[in-house]
Formats: sequence, C-alpha cells, structure tokens
Amino acid sequence: MRRADKWLFAGVALVGLVCLAWLIVAGVLLWAVLDKADWTTVTEALGGRAGLLIFLWALALVPVTGTLRFLIARYITAPARLAEAARLRLDNPVDEPLTIDGSRETQQLADIFNTLITRHRELREATDERVAEAGRRIELERGRLAALMSELRKSVVVCNLDGRILLYNNRARQQFRRLSGAAEVTGGAELMGLGRSIYTVLDRRLVAHALDTVRRRLESGAESPGAQFVTATPGGKLLRVQVSPVSETVDGEASPTRMAGFVLLTENITDDMQADAEKDRLLQSLTEGSRSALANTRAAIEILADDEVNEALRDRLLGVIHEEVTSLSERIDELSASSTERLRSRWPLEEMLGSELVDAAVRHLAEEGTIHVAREGNGEEIWLKVDSFSILQALAHLAARIADEHSVESVSLRLVRHGERAALDLLWQAQDEKQAVEPAWESEPMQTGDEQLSMSVNDVMERHGGTCWHESANGEKHCFRLLLPVAEPVERGTGPLAGDRESRPEYYDFDLFAITPETHSLDDTDLGALTFTVFDTETTGLDPSRDEIIQIGAVRIVNGRVLRHEFFEQLVDPGRAIPASSTAIHGITPDMVRGQPGLQTVLPAFHAFCRDTVLVAHNAAFDMRCLQVAEARTGVVFDQPVLDTLLLSALVHEHQAEHNLEAIARRFGLAIVGRHTAIGDAMVTAEIFVRLTPLLAEQGIHTLGQARSAAQKTQFARMRY
Amino acid sequence: MSTVLIADDEPNIVISLEYLMQREGHEVLVARDGDEALAMIAEHRPDLVLLDVMMPGRSGFEVLKAVRGNDDMAATRILMLTARGRDTDRTKGEALGADGYVVKPFSTRELAEQVREMLGEN
Repeated sequence: MRRADKWLFAGVALVGLVCLAWLIVAGVLLWAVLDKADWTTVTEALGGRAGLLIFLWALALVPVTGTLRFLIARYITAPARLAEAARLRLDNPVDEPLTIDGSRETQQLADIFNTLITRHRELREATDERVAEAGRRIELERGRLAALMSELRKSVVVCNLDGRILLYNNRARQQFRRLSGAAEVTGGAELMGLGRSIYTVLDRRLVAHALDTVRRRLESGAESPGAQFVTATPGGKLLRVQVSPVSETVDGEASPTRMAGFVLLTENITDDMQADAEKDRLLQSLTEGSRSALANTRAAIEILADDEVNEALRDRLLGVIHEEVTSLSERIDELSASSTERLRSRWPLEEMLGSELVDAAVRHLAEEGTIHVAREGNGEEIWLKVDSFSILQALAHLAARIADEHSVESVSLRLVRHGERAALDLLWQAQDEKQAVEPAWESEPMQTGDEQLSMSVNDVMERHGGTCWHESANGEKHCFRLLLPVAEPVERGTGPLAGDRESRPEYYDFDLFAITPETHSLDDTDLGALTFTVFDTETTGLDPSRDEIIQIGAVRIVNGRVLRHEFFEQLVDPGRAIPASSTAIHGITPDMVRGQPGLQTVLPAFHAFCRDTVLVAHNAAFDMRCLQVAEARTGVVFDQPVLDTLLLSALVHEHQAEHNLEAIARRFGLAIVGRHTAIGDAMVTAEIFVRLTPLLAEQGIHTLGQARSAAQKTQFARMRY
Repeated sequence: MSTVLIADDEPNIVISLEYLMQREGHEVLVARDGDEALAMIAEHRPDLVLLDVMMPGRSGFEVLKAVRGNDDMAATRILMLTARGRDTDRTKGEALGADGYVVKPFSTRELAEQVREMLGEN
C-alpha cells in the first residue's frame, strides 16, 4: 500500500474513532445526567433512529476523507514528489524545470531547486567549454609541431630510452627508405615506424656510448649536451648522427639533468664525403705533383746562371726545363678538364623546369616595370639548375637597362639548348645606331627599383658556373645571352600514400614515451598497449593448398591508432594463371602481376614489416593458412599471435547474423574504400579492430590472452581450411 | 709586313711574345691594359691582336666586343690568349667573335703557326 494511502487510512480511522468516542461519551454523559424516566423517553424517541446516527457518522467520514486526502497530497505527497524529481536531476541532466502542485513553501523549494540546477548546469558547461578550448589549443600546437617536423629538411627521429621510435619526419622516412634493403617492396617501412626499434638500423653500442656522453655532459651542466658519431649502414652508406637529449618533465618543468628520451638528427654524408675526398685528391696532386717539376726547373735555371757551364750541359739543362714545364702544362690541362664536372657550385641551386623559369621571369618583369615581355621559343622541355631569385634580379636589371639605353618598350625571352648548357636569351630590336661602346651592364652592380645590390650579373653567372654576353646582328637585333647549367630531369612526386591523401600523416605519438619494457608476457598485456599488424591477402582462389597469394596489404596499429601511412602493399607474381572468376572479385589481372616480385622476395619483407607485432585479419584462419603453406617454400615462419576480427565481432555482436566485412563496417558506420584490394580491406579491418577493442573491454576482455580464449569459444572458430 | 698588337698586362709574357712575333717578321705593338689596347687598335689598325682577357680597365671580352661592334675595325683578326680556360670562357669568346682562343700555358711553336695561318688568310 502506498505511503499516502496509509496516512489517509490512519487519519480517517483516527477521526472516525474520535467521533465514535465522542458519541459514546455524550451518550454516557446523557445517561448520567438524565433520570430514569427522561432516559427512557430519550431512548424510546431515539430507539429506532440509532441507525440514523450510525449512518450520519459514516457520512461525516466522507468529507473528512476528502479533506484529509487533500491535505496529505499537499503537505506530504507533493514534497515527496519534489524530492523524487530533484533526485532524478542530480545525476541526469533534464531540461524541464521542476513544477509541483503544492503549498507555497513547497513551491518555493521547487523554485530554489530549479535555480540551483540551472547554475550547476551553467558551471558545468563553462568548465566543459574551457576544457575543450584547452584541448583545441593543444591539438593546434601538436599540428604545428607535426607540420614543422614533417617539412624539415633534416631527418629527425625521437626515441624513448628503450630506443622505440615515437616521432619521425618525412625526411627521415625517405632517408631510411633509401637505406632499406627491401625498399622496392616495403618502402623502408620495416625500419621506420612508430613503436619500432631504432636498433634495427643503428648499432646499439654506438648509440649507448653516445647516450653516455650525453648524460655526462648533461650532469656537468654543459650548454648543449649532444654527441655525434658517424656510422656505416649495412647498405654501405655513411650516416652522420647527432644525438641530443629530451629532458624529463617533472611536474611540468623540464628537469635539466634527466633524460626521458633522445633526438637523432641523421644526415647521409656518403656523397659529401666522396666529393670532399675527390677535391682533396685533386688539390694534393696539384701541389705535391708540381713540386718536383718546379724543383727540376728551378735547379736547372739556377745552374744555367753559372758561367762555367759548358755547351753540352747547357743544352741538356734547357731540355730539362722544357720537358718539365711541358709536362706541368699537360697535367694542369688534365686536372682542369676532369675537375670541372665535379667542382660543384657552393651556392644552393635548384632543379627547375625551363618553362617555369621563363613564366616566373615574365611575371616578375611585368610586375617590376615599364617593359613588356613576350616569349619566344619552341617550348622544348629543358631542366635547369638555377638560383631562380638571382636570375630574376639579373633579368630585371638588364631589362631596365635595355629600356633606358635603347628606348625600347618590349623584349622577348627565349630558352634554347647551347651545347652542354642552356641559353636564356633576352631579345630586343633597336633602331639606334649606337656604335659607341656600351658600358658593361653585366659587371655593374644590379639595380632593382630604388635599391642597388652589391651583386652584378656576372656574379650571378659565377654562382651558376655560367657566363653571359651581349650579341647584336647589324646593330638592330640584340640578344643578351645567359648561359645556364642544365640539370637531370627530375621525377615529380614521392611514393604513394595509401588511404586518404588529404590528411597530414601523423608521425608522432608522445604517449609512447611512457612505454616501459614488457615485464609480463604478451598474453597478459592490455590490448591497447600492443602493436598490431592488420593485414589481408588476395589470392588466385579459395583453396590455400592450391591457390597462390597475389597481393598483400597491411597497416600498423600503434597505441590504439591506425597509422595510415605506415603500410605495406605489394602485388606478387604467383607464377601461375589467375582465373577470371577471381579477377572478377579483386580486379587483379595477369598483366598487373607480371614483373612483380615473387613470394620468395615479398614474404621475407612482409615478415620484417610484421616484426614484434600481433597479427590481425578478418577470417584470419584463411590468411594464416596461406602463410603456413608458403612456409615450406620461403622458409619464413609467422609465429606471432593472431586475432581474428570475424571472431571478435561475433563475440561482441552475438545476436547479429552477418559478420562479413561490409556488414560489420556498416554497423560501425565506416566507409569502405578499395573493397577487395588487400590494402583497402586491411584498412577497414584495422578501423573495425580499433572500434571493437573498447566493446571487448565492456565485456571484460582486456588482455590478448583473454581475447584469444574468448574468440575460440565462438562458433566461427570451428572453421578450418 | 703585318702589324701585331700584343695586349697583356703581364710583362713576363710580353717579353717572350714580343721576341716571338719580331722573329716571325712582324711589326710589334704593345698595350698594357684594355683601354690602351682599344685606342691602339683604333689608331694603328693592326692585322692581328694577341688579346689577354684579365687586364685592368676593359677586359679582353669588352675590347673584343667593341672591336667587332665597330665597322671600321671589325675585320681585325683577334686571337685570345688567356689563362681563363673554362669552357664557358671559350664559348663566350667564340660567340663574341674571336678568331681563335688559346689557353695558357701554350707552345710558342704552335702559337707562331696559328698566327701564320691567321695572317696567311689575308
């Protein structure tokens, strides 16, 4: 029975009893007061009407009940409902304000509650806003750091004290790709990736020694505690590595003497070393080599000055001088010829397409001044090696001089080949008969607008290892020719990026600073802390014992994030035909696999890519069986633990009927890009896996061991290939 | 008899060149810098000029250009004789109209032969 009803019942009962008691007392009093004759008259008169009294009594109870009910509702139930409603709003945000029918006091309470609730909500919203703001600022700074790092021209790698890579930039990625032995297959990704060990590239002892030096310098308070070393990579390249410490932050302050990790700046100095060695050799041969020739000559000349020398000796000495001097001349000619190619200009020159330089020049001259510039030429593609800015300055200066001296309003630009170089010509027509010798425009300091620079056009040409001159035919057609060096044609663009091209690749994860070496076995490690390689294979058919792998795609998950740019994608030549039915599914034609490396090359590279990770695949039983079958042929054994997203999805969504990749992706609201390409499927599987992990945690599955044993219990686990 | 002008600021080579040209039977004039060379070409109209490039005043290239740009003097034979041996210098010299380009050090015998050839074309 509800509490209110209990109160009502009790109240009505009380009032009823009180009335009854009053009646009885009244009756008793009357009986006591009246004498026997009057009492008999009263009882006779009332006699039959006793029932009426009882009826009246009962009737009176009705309004009493009503009144009591009203009072209870107002003074007991209303506050109780207010308390319930308020308690509800304690934990859940409810937008409607409290309203209550009740006494004025209860009403006031309701209003106060509403005010408190509103204030609380506003406070919470303000706090949330500030937290979000702070989060945005951090993201912005991280983004800036990422942008900075990724565009740096030096390769930067940051590692934690274990040597695990937690930040690297684009340059490092490209450099390590060049160092990799399996670069065509993996793109160097098996060496450079978040969570990978730097010791697969650099000698551990070298790094340890450098770190010791750094530590000592840190402790002694040196201003820039760094160390450097030069090492030869397995590929025979020379790397100069500079090591600097990353200070540990204690309570938000960088502690100056303790290291949390280290930064490596690596530079490939193989070419520089060779060039320097060559220059030294040339210089050496010139100085040392000339000494003997000059000694012979000088001695002979000094002897000749002696009067007592006879004819025969005189002739021989003259012969000596002639011989030595001639051979010295020859040596200089040889050295000069051989060294010109190798003595590069010190000034940094860029490769640039000739037509782009001409476009830039036309624009620049149009902005600068009063002269109109046209283009002439056959549009042949010539690649130049130039410092475009100073060339534009030179052209501007010359154009201005032309305009002044010859009163000409338009010039044309032309780019043609000239022997081993390229000639950039400034052409104009002038009618004047200037026979006077022109001042040499190329040796005077250049003028741009109001500024006078300290460089001349000659200096600019010097920088490029070229030269310039002025030609004129008949004093009318004039040409100022700039001779510029030619470059090797440059290939546009770097390697492909799988996944979306818009997002900037994230080459850092500062959470990895904190990862300590595993003290427990893999099975006891939390899923979020492990590194995974999610992969997929495309094959010639569905029978692992007879069909061949024709494509492998894989991507890494580190610290719960899919690293979209650390991927592996490779077509494999199966050495047999691909049936049309399977081509219909994955779109891989025999033409596409022709010329691709075979499984013997690809599988070891893929194995290196998967090193020290847990494998994940959709319907992994099939893919693992394919890899197993290939073991005998390639000698590559995949003994990593394996997780299957098919089984995990069945665990988490046990009431769903469909667990194929499309259905699961749809459930998670994921778009599939590149369905039935190995890399496309691998990417989707990775995204699915990352979303399954928290759902598994909700079911109490946190570690690898738990996931594996739980997966075994699903019905799909019984599928065998 | 032909006239040969030697334009070079280094006396150590002028002494040998002068002797060489005189032995060949030419009348020899000497200019010590670019401006003097140009003036002497204008005044004396030599048949051949042995022209150095690195000279004070005008450089050899400038002298060459001036000579070729002037109709009266344009036919003068000019043989560049210079320590500047880079291929760009040679290209420039030839483009500006030098009849020959000899890089130092050189063989006096070969030089004499080349001079004889150039004057023989006259």
